[in-house]
Formats: sequence, structure tokens, C-alpha cells
Amino acid sequence: MNMPDAKKILVRVRVNGKAREAEVEPRTLLVEFLREHLNLTGTHVGCDTSYCGACTVILNGRTVKSCTLFAPMADGGEITTVEGLGIDGKLDAVQEAFAECHGLQCGYCTPGILLSTVQLLEKHPKPTDAQIRKGIAGNTCRCTGYQNIFKSIRMAAAEMEKR
Amino acid sequence: MYAAPFSYHRAASLEEAVTLLRELGEEARVIAGGQSLIPLMKMRMARPGALVDIHLISGLNGIERSNGELRFGALARHAEIEDSRVASTIPILHDCAAGIADIQVRNQGTIGGSLAEADPSGDWGTALMALETSVICFGPGGERTVPLEAFIKDAYTTVLAHDELISGVHVKLPPKGSGGAHLAFKRTAPVYPTASASVELTLEDHHLCRDARIVLGCVGLTAIRAKEAEVALRGKTLDEKSIRTAVDAARAAADPQSDMRGSADYKRVLVGTLVKRAIGIAARRARGESVPAGHEYAGR
Repeated sequence: MNMPDAKKILVRVRVNGKAREAEVEPRTLLVEFLREHLNLTGTHVGCDTSYCGACTVILNGRTVKSCTLFAPMADGGEITTVEGLGIDGKLDAVQEAFAECHGLQCGYCTPGILLSTVQLLEKHPKPTDAQIRKGIAGNTCRCTGYQNIFKSIRMAAAEMEKR
Repeated sequence: MYAAPFSYHRAASLEEAVTLLRELGEEARVIAGGQSLIPLMKMRMARPGALVDIHLISGLNGIERSNGELRFGALARHAEIEDSRVASTIPILHDCAAGIADIQVRNQGTIGGSLAEADPSGDWGTALMALETSVICFGPGGERTVPLEAFIKDAYTTVLAHDELISGVHVKLPPKGSGGAHLAFKRTAPVYPTASASVELTLEDHHLCRDARIVLGCVGLTAIRAKEAEVALRGKTLDEKSIRTAVDAARAAADPQSDMRGSADYKRVLVGTLVKRAIGIAARRARGESVPAGHEYAGR
């Protein structure tokens, strides 16, 4: 594509605790920046219309849809992607619970749902059903019917309380 | 999906934003949270040649009570307003903030951005029009204050000049005995509502309606003040008859279009139902009751 005006700019972020940078066109979406420029393909592109939440990441402590941010808007920011959840190859409590309760089938929505769950449990360590519904309302799963996702979130909350 | 190419500029202050907008000319647009603008750009319905990013301007995300007003910085995010104790003293504001799209969008989108985008289906225009709201616009000549009803001119169109941006939103605190509700119906959380209604009432002796504001959302090119519906309540006792007259007048004031969210006829019926419910909740709140309300959607 011929884009004479698209001057590339440097975007510097910390992703999962590591300083990363790349020079990109300003219109590069954050999800594309993560996947194509930093090779972090754990974050998925689902609908690409700000609906499904598969692209959810945590930016400066808040979940956002990374298909609905231009990469330069995250410059200087702190990002957590699904690759940042486990420690030394070991799953974290939320991931363990999803594995245990069969909270996924095809797995496409899972990276986003895991990060929404992390944020939900930070705000509500013992979430009510209404809080769980509201917390994951921006994440679409077309396999599970959500029942096992609810079980997973409840189990993760219980496990995290024990620790 | 890719937006059309643009150059990207970051402003550290309102003055710098205005200077950049002047230099870059009419092709430039302001971006804050980007939750309305970016989807439009990806669909190529908006193709700005330059973006001026204001999200790093400090001191522009405050929420405070001052001078009989609730004052929002333009960059106050929906989620910050949802969690704000000060803001929830006016229930209609909490109803609105807590139900916009989903938590990811509320974490990023701003009150100023929502008003500047003036999407006919946006929530803030409707909710804030039920209150006495002023939009603070910052331009080369400094600040000017514009009443919200004059600020929104048409769908996606405001009075903002190309080198002007919103710096704040001021809401007059409603008098004692007031209560309001913003209700919206949407199919699922992330989508715009099919219809919405905001009602703010001021009651005397729990039943006499001193003042009423009734605003309809998503059923016209802008939020619609249903003034005939307000007249049907103002100075009257709130009873089945006066409420029915107001609801009928609100339905008549709606000017909906058929689209994928529903037919015009359906939306007209729906918005009347929302007005009726909102009047009921607003009245209970005006009497001091705490009533949960907000957006209704499947799976809520």
C-alpha cells in the first residue's frame, strides 16, 4: 500500500514487566503492535469491532480492548497480556481454575476472559453473580454458554482467598 | 481493519492542543479515549488526516463539587464516574456511567469525548440533557461556556470550531426533592442502546411535580427533549393519568429510524415504556428511596 503521509513513530511500552519498543505507523492498532511487532500472539483478534473482547489486555491497571486503541496512545504505558499471567511456566490461579473447571473449549476468547477475570477479582475478590456477569459482559464466548466460565471465576476467587 | 493513514501528535496542555489544531487545520481531530472515534475511523466513516491526542493532559480528569455544580474534567472516564461517590450523588449520572458499553470501554472512554462525538445513540448527551449541563469549550480565545442543548447541533455535529475542544462539563446540582433515572435498553452490553430515556423530577410533598425534564435517546438525530411530556407533569400530581399523558407525549416526540436494532414503530413503543419506568424510578428516588436502575440487556 502506498502511504506517503504515514510517518512511522517510535512506541515504547513495558509489556509483562519488560521494556519493548517498535517503530510503527500511527494507525497501527495496539493488538497488531503486540502480535505483529512484538510477536506476542497470545492476545487474539476476534471481531475487530470493539465488541467481543478477545483482544482485552490490561493497560496501566485497566482492561481495554486493544483493537480499539492506536499503538501510540499506549506509549509509555504498562501492559499485561495473557503471556504475563503465569510465572516461570506455571499457570496462575485464574488460569488453573479455567483449566480445572473446563472454562474454555476452543480457547479463542480465553486470553481476554482471563484478563477481565483478573481485573474483576482485583476489584471484587468475592464477586456476586451479578458482579461476574457485569465484569465479563464485554467478553463473548461462543462455545461454553458461560456456565463453566462462572464456575472457573468462582473457583479462582476461592483459591486466591486461600493464598 | 485499518484506519486511513494519519499523522499523530500529542498535546501536553490545552493550549498546545489548540496550537496543534490551528497548525494542522481542518483535517485534524482531537482524540481522547478513542472509543467512539476509532471504530468510525476503522470503518472509514471518519478519515482525519491528523490526530491530536489529549489523553496525557494532566488535571483534566477531575470530578468535584464546586459552586453548586458537579464539575467533570473532559477526560473523566466513564469507569471513574461510575466509581465516583461525588458523581453518584446525582443518580442519573451513575445510571448512565455504569451502563455504557462494557468495562473495557468504560475504562477508556471519556465524558468529553462522548459529547464531542455527538453520536445519536450515545448515552451522555441524553442523561446530561435531563440536568442543567454546560459544556466548557477551550479555544484560541480561551474558554466559553455553552449550554448542552445548544452545544449539540445535529448527529455527529457540535458547535465546536475546528481549533476548539471540550475542557470540562459542568452540571448544576438539582434542588432538594429531586430524583432522576437514566434507563437504556440494549441487546447486549457492548452495543449502543436501541432506545434510552432520562427523566429528572423535582417533587413537593412527595407527589406534586414541581419540575420535570424528559429526554429521549437513540430515537432521533440528537437526544430529544420531550417538552410536551414535561408540560404534562409540571405542576401536576404524579398519578396514573398525568403519567399516561406524559408517556403518550414522549412517544409522539420520538423520531426514530428503522435499523438493525429495531423498526421505528418498535423503538417508539420501547422509548415510551422506558419513559414510564424512568418516571416511576425518578419519583421514588426523589422521595429518598434508593433504587437500582440503568441499562437493561440480555444476560445482565
